[in-house]
Amino acid sequence: MQYTRTVEALKEGTVIDHLPAGQGLKILRLFRLADTGERVTVGLNLISRHMGNKDIIKVENVALTAEQANELALFAPQATVNVIENFDVVRKHKLVLPETIEGIFACPNSNCISHNEPVSSFFYVKEHKNDTKMRCKYCEKVFSKDIVAEVR
Amino acid sequence: MTNTLYRKHIISIPDFTRQELELVVETAGRLKREPRNDLLQGKLIASCFFEPSTRTRLSFETAVQRLGGNIIGFADGGNTSAKKGETLADSLKIIGDYSDAVVMRHPKEGAARLASEFSPVPIINGGDGSNQHPTQTLLDLFSIYETQGTLENLTVAFVGDLKYGRTVHSLTQALSLFNANFYFVAPEALAMPDYICEELDEKGIKYTLVSSLEEVIPEIDVLYMTRVQRERFDEAEFKKIQGQFILKADMLKHARENMKILHPLPRVDEIAVDVDATPHAYYFQQAKNGVYARQALLSLVLNETV
Repeated sequence: MQYTRTVEALKEGTVIDHLPAGQGLKILRLFRLADTGERVTVGLNLISRHMGNKDIIKVENVALTAEQANELALFAPQATVNVIENFDVVRKHKLVLPETIEGIFACPNSNCISHNEPVSSFFYVKEHKNDTKMRCKYCEKVFSKDIVAEVR
Repeated sequence: MTNTLYRKHIISIPDFTRQELELVVETAGRLKREPRNDLLQGKLIASCFFEPSTRTRLSFETAVQRLGGNIIGFADGGNTSAKKGETLADSLKIIGDYSDAVVMRHPKEGAARLASEFSPVPIINGGDGSNQHPTQTLLDLFSIYETQGTLENLTVAFVGDLKYGRTVHSLTQALSLFNANFYFVAPEALAMPDYICEELDEKGIKYTLVSSLEEVIPEIDVLYMTRVQRERFDEAEFKKIQGQFILKADMLKHARENMKILHPLPRVDEIAVDVDATPHAYYFQQAKNGVYARQALLSLVLNETV
């Protein structure tokens, strides 16, 4: 099968590639990438040589930090995050599951104090069997990562 | 023993090391045998109860006064500026500036942890929603040590509401540092939460789920009873399970001599009154121990050496 470039090359910014098909919009929403005000290109169900189908997100003029990239590891551990400058890849982030996650997700416990006070949400991340668990620093409740992602 | 609790916030049992738990228990025993009225001399403690409490508040306030400290505070959050919309963060910044330590209870989970990030003085958690109640666990540990002479290798049964009972979760976490062996006796709807069982699995602590209270009685050193709340069940279901989790004196015939019954109180009908007269009943002494455990904790948080 011939592989053709279906998304325009990026001059400056970040390319989040090899997202499992179906995850693109979720990542876009969770990480509020559309709120950056920059041009965002999203490709869904693109052909991938390795994955069959994949999603891709390109955000112009925004360089994702290693921390932000690691937060992606919760949902798409096999994704690649490349930071582009002047059409060249200047950094490839290797995704590592972070030990803590701050400010991305709201605590699913509606009685948790973090909802009413001037603090960012904060979770400790722990892999357990085939699931990733997140424990809120404040209410100490433990949630599966999918439950945490749902409430954002 | 070095006092690593000096100037520390007391928020949650998993924050404690084994040595720190032993230090509180040992200090509580010492203050019970040899009362002191000078350990909080010149100290002002704020007692901030954003929701009502009887035993916890009164035993904290007793502990402070008996140690020679002074106390300010409120027993009902409805009369505070929280009602006007002030954040807890702001309230605690200010109260912390007035006092040497703050004892607080709050209806929301995580309130004490949050307060500790804003208060300039140590926060002592007197209960945050359904989350933690560390001083109850400290008095439970002290009562266990007092009656068993050790915290090590004990067999402990927890009975009743193991799902929502915060005291049960914290005491399980604390005793798992001392190689306990647990029996969990609860209706299925009120079983011990998965995250606690997973923690025990990770630490290699042995626990068994059982449905009959009577069958574990001969096996255990400590029987920790809790209340099954009627409102969590429909009436028919409640009637069905109710009898299984009520302790009566005649069930104690085969209990070990050293076996003691604890209960965080208030009890309703889960411990029949005839149990009170048996040598196994220890829940009223346990409630009294709340004062000594809290004295120990306050002394250790506010003095480098006790």
